[in-house]
Amino acid sequence: MNLQEYFSLVFSDYTLRTITLGTAILGAVTGMLGSFAVLRKQSLLGDAISHAALPGIALAFLITGAKDSNTLLLGALVSGLVGTFWIRGIITKTHLKSDTALGLILSLFFGFGMLLLTFIQKQPNANQAGLDKYLFGQAATLVESDVWLMAIVTGICLIVMLLFWKEFKILLFDADYTKTLGFNTKFIDVLITTFIVLAIVLGLQTVGVVLMSAMLLAPAAAARQWTNSLGTMVFLAAIFGAFSGVFGTAISASQDNLSTGPVIVIVASVFVVFSFIFSPSRGLLFRQIRFIKNRRDLEFQKTLSFMYHIAETHEDISHPHTIKILNNFQGFTRKTLQKLVDKNYVTLDGAMWSLTEEGFETAANLYNQNFKKHE
Amino acid sequence: MNSRDTMINTNPSNEIPASQSVDEAGAGILAVKVDDLTVAYNYKPVLWDIDLEIPEGVLMAIVGPNGAGKSTLIKAILGILKPIAGSVSIYGKPYHKQRSLVAYVPQKGSVDWDFPTVALDVVMMGTYGSLGWIKRPGVKEKKAALEALEKVGMLPFKNRQISQLSGGQQQRIFLARALVQDASIYFMDEPFQGVDATTEIAIINILKELRKAGKTVVVVHHDLQTVPEYFDWVTFLNVKKIATGPVKDIFNDDNLTKTYGINYKVSVQK
Repeated sequence: MNLQEYFSLVFSDYTLRTITLGTAILGAVTGMLGSFAVLRKQSLLGDAISHAALPGIALAFLITGAKDSNTLLLGALVSGLVGTFWIRGIITKTHLKSDTALGLILSLFFGFGMLLLTFIQKQPNANQAGLDKYLFGQAATLVESDVWLMAIVTGICLIVMLLFWKEFKILLFDADYTKTLGFNTKFIDVLITTFIVLAIVLGLQTVGVVLMSAMLLAPAAAARQWTNSLGTMVFLAAIFGAFSGVFGTAISASQDNLSTGPVIVIVASVFVVFSFIFSPSRGLLFRQIRFIKNRRDLEFQKTLSFMYHIAETHEDISHPHTIKILNNFQGFTRKTLQKLVDKNYVTLDGAMWSLTEEGFETAANLYNQNFKKHE
Repeated sequence: MNSRDTMINTNPSNEIPASQSVDEAGAGILAVKVDDLTVAYNYKPVLWDIDLEIPEGVLMAIVGPNGAGKSTLIKAILGILKPIAGSVSIYGKPYHKQRSLVAYVPQKGSVDWDFPTVALDVVMMGTYGSLGWIKRPGVKEKKAALEALEKVGMLPFKNRQISQLSGGQQQRIFLARALVQDASIYFMDEPFQGVDATTEIAIINILKELRKAGKTVVVVHHDLQTVPEYFDWVTFLNVKKIATGPVKDIFNDDNLTKTYGINYKVSVQK
């Protein structure tokens, strides 16, 4: 199947439609909530939560023996929440910094989860196969009920976000101040964190424990590059996330044997790289262009004002001087001189240069301006 | 040279300028009363048994060396930090019942200024407290925010992304956000830190205007030389409260030495 076939099939083929819808919704909700995680400088939180969910999946299987995704994800949710609030506890109750707490919980829970998985695999029970799909995700196993679950959680999340938008925003910006206004910051914090955990748990089946944090961070990081408004950022992150889901699914479906989760993550990363380079205000490319342009302008102005100082000492402002004299001046280049000639500020006569009336005037203004700035 | 010499040299005058009038009228009513307040991080007390009475209508500086607990005192009064003992009352009632009377200007460095928002939006946050949960700010709130921006001279920058403001402008935005709250008591944590002379004058003029309007203003302050010029009351703090009262009565060598000790020399160097 090629990409074209995929897009013609996506509306008619049941499996394709389910998977595509699932990944799109997942991308949207993780992008949305990821914005909050990124702005709270809790980028690693997503990674810790997803890893913390693994033992929950294994335990849910051991206890119930069931393998349907709802049971297992419920286990993941519980252990994800336990891990998250454990992290919060470590940060508030001890001297450990948040990165230490995150790293600690992440490896502890993941290690325990892997231990349980290997234990399960040694069991003489044929039912055990397939649990490892939660490590890297397997979008192909998505069924309609999974998508419904995603849609419902996303809907609730959207409603809560719209209701508490003002509270979310002020808590993200200035938590102490929020407290002095009389808001229960702990409640807002728990609300945001719980939704982040929910979104991550929803994605485990599709993208997997290991890569899930990228779904949270990549769309948000990309969106931040394009806007200076929180609302737009959250919206863009949702769009980027949804598109990553759709494109990722399309690419993986059209190339046999490419697993969907990693492809989605790579597509999301492409959004990030593109945004970091091409964003007009924050992107590397335009920043570099502005930098070069500023430097050129400055060299141009400096050379002109240097000439002005020399010309000033003569009665006749267009008195010719040797070009050699300019070599004493740091920052002088032939290119700058040519530019000055092009602009008709300077005329050249062999190895001599002289300022024109226009050049003198411009330099005088320039000089006054610079002078004023230094005052 | 010992520290006492430095102190005398850097503070040539303890006299209060003639233009300075201490507002005695408000001294009758207590705006803030702090009783036996003790705050500790783990085992080390940061504030020890603080009793503090702040009369209504004063412009008060809290001074003390680094680590004296100045910011901590404000944060404990505002309930941002939990004290291990003590109580705070605002106009005779517990603080949590009087929140609407109190506004807070945190240290500028306490937030991430690269947050995706504009100046007007930050100032609007000052209205969130009176709005309460869920309700969104409307026309009335926007008008109040614009007026506050005007007061601090930042109206032309209302749509500027906050990371593109200078340090002094950011400080003014924080001040405007507190002004929007239209409180009776203002707590400010080092509002003069890292601002240029123009902004410093602009800010102190606003503080003096607040006092003139009968408000109480409490400021954590670092520059001892400007205390007599800017403030009419002062509190010396170094884990314990050393002294509190009108600047003309208690801003003297004795209290400065008691507060700063040999550390004094270090803390005047900025």
